[in-house]
Amino acid sequence: MSPFDGADTPEATASPPPSAASPGAMRSASPDSGPAEESLLRVEDLRVTYATEDGTVQAVDGISYELGRGRTLGIVGESGSGKTVAALSVLGLTRAEGATVSGRVSFEGRDLLALEESELRAIRGDEIAMVFQDPLSSLHPMYRVGAQIVEAIRAHRDIAKAPARARAIELLELVGIPEPSVRVDSYPHELSGGQRQRAMIAMALSGDPKLLIADEPTTALDVTVQAQILALLSRLQRERGMALVLVTHDLGVVAEMADEIAVMYAGRIVEHAPAERLFAVPEHPYTWGLLRSIPTLDGPREELLTPIPGSPPSPLAPPSGCRFHPRCPYSEPEHARTDPALEPVPGRPDHEIACLLSSPTRRRLWKELA
Amino acid sequence: MTGYVVRRVLWGALLLILVSALTFVLFRILPTADPARLRAGHNTSPKVIAEIRAGLGLNKPLLTQFWLYMKGLFLHGDLGYSYYSGASVKSLIFDRLPATLSLTVGSAVIWMAIGLPIGIVSALRRRSRTDRTAMGAALLFISAPEYWLGLIVLYLFAADIGQIKVFPGAGSYAGMTADPQKWVTSLILPWLVLAAGFAAVYARLMRGSLIETMGADYIRTARAKGLPERQVVLRHGVRAAITPILTIFALDVGVLLGGAVLIETVFDIPGIGRLNYDAITHADFPIIQGTVLLAALFIIVANIAVDIAYAYLDPRVRYS
Repeated sequence: MSPFDGADTPEATASPPPSAASPGAMRSASPDSGPAEESLLRVEDLRVTYATEDGTVQAVDGISYELGRGRTLGIVGESGSGKTVAALSVLGLTRAEGATVSGRVSFEGRDLLALEESELRAIRGDEIAMVFQDPLSSLHPMYRVGAQIVEAIRAHRDIAKAPARARAIELLELVGIPEPSVRVDSYPHELSGGQRQRAMIAMALSGDPKLLIADEPTTALDVTVQAQILALLSRLQRERGMALVLVTHDLGVVAEMADEIAVMYAGRIVEHAPAERLFAVPEHPYTWGLLRSIPTLDGPREELLTPIPGSPPSPLAPPSGCRFHPRCPYSEPEHARTDPALEPVPGRPDHEIACLLSSPTRRRLWKELA
Repeated sequence: MTGYVVRRVLWGALLLILVSALTFVLFRILPTADPARLRAGHNTSPKVIAEIRAGLGLNKPLLTQFWLYMKGLFLHGDLGYSYYSGASVKSLIFDRLPATLSLTVGSAVIWMAIGLPIGIVSALRRRSRTDRTAMGAALLFISAPEYWLGLIVLYLFAADIGQIKVFPGAGSYAGMTADPQKWVTSLILPWLVLAAGFAAVYARLMRGSLIETMGADYIRTARAKGLPERQVVLRHGVRAAITPILTIFALDVGVLLGGAVLIETVFDIPGIGRLNYDAITHADFPIIQGTVLLAALFIIVANIAVDIAYAYLDPRVRYS
């Protein structure tokens, strides 16, 4: 398989990005995506809270985004930024864990948050599927891989076990597992890490989903296997015209895959832009921090990585004003009082940012850094 | 796997020999009543006592006695004869085993049937009123001594001394083949009393195990597949949560088969526990030896059974 279709990996030093009028540019290979006139997924003001013994945790604090058919959105942030909870909540999976979810999640016009559990269940695993971070703990240890895929197939289709098993073998072959007719009877612990994640992906594909949500799909894997899994996801997405939400802490991963990137911090999106633009002219100091903490192979060896000082705030007691101000090297006293809204950069409706610094100041600062 | 089982069985046999040696030594070295004197009655001459002692073989050196005992046991399956009644220990045990078996199996079925569903519901509705009530009741039954609970239910429901005469009282046990109806009615109270404490323990075990399991990543996967919650809980949650509980269950049953002394005594059920209790009061070494050995055998067998069952219940477990 050829990795990373298009190979149009944006780099931080790339020239000014194409205009917002060409959203399909990076995914031009998608067979049936066409012009993304109507969005597949539209998330509006999604809020997720957990009631804990220590108080209310606001895990996701009003995020909004849109995703067209066949397109890829990368959601990036540190641990605890709420990116995983945001992804799980799209499918109502945090409800079972006791979360309170509000806002709107429209998928092909249906508001998933307003659906009955049984209606939502019909969509889960069928039209929207999910791949999780750690395939070993995400597969049931006591059932054979094939049985778990058969279960997923039969959850949505009224077919007998034998044809479902045949389909499971097909799916395992599709995701590149060698000897699928043997592996179908393996237990998860008998597979390698990469094969397990391939099996998880096979399971996710069992319903031919229009949207795949991948939550840190490569984080638990060896580096060499990570690239293979990303290449697999990329190929499957191209072949099937699936939209993909890729949740990760690794900007390198989304650089390869995403059309658009949303950077999350403390439960909010702080910057949202087409991938090329985000790498070329990032405007949020937090995004700068993320970019500067990526090691590069072509940079001088003795160059030190620049970590972001401090650690993510407690979701129990988020900072006042701009949530990033305690860690922001450019914060002013005023920033502890005013809460910035996510707004388009002047002249760029596709590049949104929640920062109290003025746009010219931000551009100047990034020029000095880069 | 076969090699593993053979190895375990051989170790088990060795363990049984050690247990017999230990009980043999313990009951003869530690100060206890002289069985010959107990048998002889009052006002007997030392000569008579000596004769009785010789008749029981107690005048031989300790090592010879042990050798003869082990030889009889392993060559002929002979557990010796009761000092007190002269009956064969083996036949006494076989006479008493059905009652203990009836008590244990019936009670085990009841406590699993009550404890596991309560544990499951409590785990799924954690911190709800149902959960709090169930766990409060469980604590009560765990704390209540079974002989005390036994006396209470006899006082309340026994046909002879009870306030509401519903079930046959103590000492009414009849064999299953002799009188099936009486067998059931006479065992209902002991079954329930013995099951109460265990049901409470198993409800708590199941609750804890299922709460842990329901937080597992594969439960989220099952939900993400679009499975109905019932299937998520039973096929994915309970399936994984019950495995450690079944192993504890096998061990508990193994221990109980060695005799539920307190329950058998309170309800006067002629089982192994009762046999053992009587033997201790009579310094009846051969019976004590036999019942201890039987209890050890059940525990060893239960342990081996647990390990074998585990390999089938959890595919990650493999023995080589």
